[in-house]
Amino acid sequence: MPTDPRPDDPALNDEAAGWVGAYVHVPFCRRVCPYCDFTVVSGKDHLMARYVDALVAEIGRCEPFERPLDAIAVGGGTPSRLGPDGLGRVVGALRDRCGLAGDAEVSLEANPEDWSPGDAEALVGAGFTRVSLGVQSFDPAVLADLGRVHTPDQADAAVAAARAVGFRTVSLDLIYGSPADTPESWRGSVRRALASGIEHLSAYALTVERGTALARAVAAGAPAPDEDRQADAYEEAVAAASAAGLIRYETSNFAAPGHACRYNLLTWAQGEYLAFGCAAHGHRAGVRTRAIARLDRYLEAVEAGRSAVRGTERLAPWGRELERLMLGLRRAAGVAAGRAGRALVESEDGARLREAGVLVARGDRLHVAHPLLGDEVARAALALAPREC
Amino acid sequence: MSVTSRIRNFSIIAHIDHGKSTLADRLIERTGTVSSREMRAQLLDSMDLERERGITIKAQAVRISYVAADGEAYLLNLIDTPGHVDFSYEVSRSLAACEGAVLLVDAAQGVEAQTLANAFLAVEGGLEIVPVINKVDLPAADPERVAAELAAVLGIDAGEIIRVSAKTGDGVDELLQAIVDRLPAPVGDPDAPPRALVFDSYYDTYRGVVCYVRVDEGRVSTGDRLRFMATGEEADADEVGVLTPKAVPVAALGPGEVGYLISGVKEIDRIRVGDTVTRSDRRATTPLAGYREPKPMVFSGLFPTEGDDFERLREALEKLRLNDSSLVFEPETSRALGFGFRCGFLGLLHMEIVRERLEREYDLDLVTTAPSVAFRVGLPDGTEREVRSPQDLPSDRTEVLEPFVRVMVIAPSEYTGTVMELLQEHRGELGTMQYLTPERVELVYRVPLAEIVFGFFDQLKSRTRGYASLDYEPDGYRISDLVRVDVLLNGQPVDAFSAIVHSDKAYQYGRRLVERLRGVIPRQLFDVPIQAAIGSRIIARETVKAKRKDVLAKCYGGDVTRKRKLLERQKEGKRRMKMVGSVEVPQEAFISVLQVDAD
Repeated sequence: MPTDPRPDDPALNDEAAGWVGAYVHVPFCRRVCPYCDFTVVSGKDHLMARYVDALVAEIGRCEPFERPLDAIAVGGGTPSRLGPDGLGRVVGALRDRCGLAGDAEVSLEANPEDWSPGDAEALVGAGFTRVSLGVQSFDPAVLADLGRVHTPDQADAAVAAARAVGFRTVSLDLIYGSPADTPESWRGSVRRALASGIEHLSAYALTVERGTALARAVAAGAPAPDEDRQADAYEEAVAAASAAGLIRYETSNFAAPGHACRYNLLTWAQGEYLAFGCAAHGHRAGVRTRAIARLDRYLEAVEAGRSAVRGTERLAPWGRELERLMLGLRRAAGVAAGRAGRALVESEDGARLREAGVLVARGDRLHVAHPLLGDEVARAALALAPREC
Repeated sequence: MSVTSRIRNFSIIAHIDHGKSTLADRLIERTGTVSSREMRAQLLDSMDLERERGITIKAQAVRISYVAADGEAYLLNLIDTPGHVDFSYEVSRSLAACEGAVLLVDAAQGVEAQTLANAFLAVEGGLEIVPVINKVDLPAADPERVAAELAAVLGIDAGEIIRVSAKTGDGVDELLQAIVDRLPAPVGDPDAPPRALVFDSYYDTYRGVVCYVRVDEGRVSTGDRLRFMATGEEADADEVGVLTPKAVPVAALGPGEVGYLISGVKEIDRIRVGDTVTRSDRRATTPLAGYREPKPMVFSGLFPTEGDDFERLREALEKLRLNDSSLVFEPETSRALGFGFRCGFLGLLHMEIVRERLEREYDLDLVTTAPSVAFRVGLPDGTEREVRSPQDLPSDRTEVLEPFVRVMVIAPSEYTGTVMELLQEHRGELGTMQYLTPERVELVYRVPLAEIVFGFFDQLKSRTRGYASLDYEPDGYRISDLVRVDVLLNGQPVDAFSAIVHSDKAYQYGRRLVERLRGVIPRQLFDVPIQAAIGSRIIARETVKAKRKDVLAKCYGGDVTRKRKLLERQKEGKRRMKMVGSVEVPQEAFISVLQVDAD
């Protein structure tokens, strides 16, 4: 029996470039978290049925890839609010229209407060293989600080329910570096998350995004996340995850062998994916697309039989090459150097980054050895003079 | 051709904000020189920067027609003067072209040091003074007190003082009449060999050098072969004219007249402001008395952030010098900053203006190094050398002589103690103290120039709630106990951060400088020690700790484009950094050096 590949296995990471996927955006939330800058709505639950219809209609009109889907990701927002029936219809429509590979990953995001054992079971029945639970913290003070409505016990119960009904992979999201987060509370959250038996962990630094309630609070004098405390928290998470057998395979993601998120692997490898729903981003044939962000306009467009795509970007060959490098360097597996990587290594910035031990060249692969400094490398790459590709 | 008896040439002498430009506007408007449609506020301040800062930098001239009480039409030539202490040399060049001056004083602020200094300049130059109190409409106006001050310091009869409001126009007619009545008409033989004073010049892209002239005697006509007496340069007068303020060509300018002349000279260096123009075929024998030569007081290095811009910087400086003969520069090489120029300025404001113009009008990104005054250094062989840059301070010096200035401060008497304290902190020595009125005191000190040019004016203003005013003039050199404080970044000396300071203040200066640098230098991939040193002795140290986190937490399918754009914006920000050795230094770090004060 073949062993499960490590999530940071270069062959697995590179193979993902040939995978195809689908992303479905679900904007509904019980309430909007103060730090969130995704396209989300609250108080619009009466539109959920129409929304599912619109998704199914969009899927029915899409042009399938030549191969069946390797991964489906339903993100948001809070997709679990659509309920097993609605989500089941969406996955069914995708399976019918695009086909699903035998080992395909079908993943959704869910919040602990919307998660009942009955629903969980129904979702597995509908074909979901992976769930990512938005736990964020096991400290009530931090949860309150983040504007989350669930309790630590609800989070434990949600994980237990997900494991019991047979999801292949259960993942948790945690956020570090909020003002109420202390080294102790963070250590406690990481340990409790890992002790719950999950196969996958995402640990994110609280980030002040433009236009959010958090950004307004910080502008008005509330404390901003502290760089050094976030760095400490990150190092704590890396060490604890590793001790629990979860391997870091991207800046913020950790998984047990065989449990890397396939949808994410394909996006970091510049794989292609269809997009459905408002504000959903797709990538196909060298073009990145973006759908109408406003829920009502999205519904009107799809119901009138029009395309929901509102923006496209086609990168020049050198731009695509830089993007490949920039995305690939976020992975622990690193990236084949290629033209951009070689140019980076030869550049003045590249020499500086190698000297500082941030950028490492091993054979024909480049790695970022200090993931917390990854953007230094990304900016150095973006600053390279364009070359022929 | 006008008759000299109906010409009056005058300047307005005033402190900043005392309303000179507004009064000039009012005079021009009242006499219909500019139609109200063309009128824009502060007409004479044409340079953008002048309008923004509300100060006058370049002298300019405008001809005003005025029908006086006797029914005769008079030509009043108003020659504008700058109001900032950095530009006092420009005042003297303007005054040299006038028979009289309107001394304008704010009815609330009273007499200020510079007003007085410039008024004395005018009196020394033999000019007739028309004292005017402005802003009499303001609630805070106290014209009686100000009149008493003026009478006391200038020894004039308070009854001669005209009260106006340039804002409302009250008293402006009376002032115009007084200019006609009290100022002498120019005298000059129209048939003598011509002599005309070049009191300003500027470079016009299409027409070459344009000179502002005031004819003393004889006539300067279009088509004349001209000779510039000091330089020996000869050129044809392609066009002569008057400024209304639009340029209006005339056949000739006669005695007492003020106007412009375009001679086809393309290189501004060949025309010296202060020179006398005569006719090549009918030469005058003696030139007119010139004026106080501009002397740069402050020197600083200007370096392009992008090394490739060196030539563009040179061209820009050359172009600026066309209109600003007080600007001097020579190439300079810095280990930290590469190739640039050491520039001499009249003062810090002048430096700031030049820098802003280079960045704004010539789209250059510049790094300015710590300004320095010019020292004289004695060498073992008994010779002396001028040192304009800390880098040039020779290690085998026997002594360093520091330039001193005679500083005059006028302040309300309740601030006497405060002002004296401030001047003593700046190594000042009291010369004289005089009460102008029981409420106002004039203090004269001898102070090192270096103590005055860097931030002193702001300190004086803040400690006296804006009530004190300042003027200064060179007052020789003296031996001082000076040392060079160097800064090391990551162990490497950064010449651009070096400064020559008095040894009593060196420790404190070094401390503050490294503290400030720690605040502005961003965290890098490694710890960056910042040290201040005198020779090999470290006197202060701070460390910028290595950066620990610089990464976006999330980057998924939906974020790719957005994140890339965010990184691109950040990258543009980094482009404005200067690499000094292996350390990225933002431009503000170089600017922060200018703001360090050892007090």
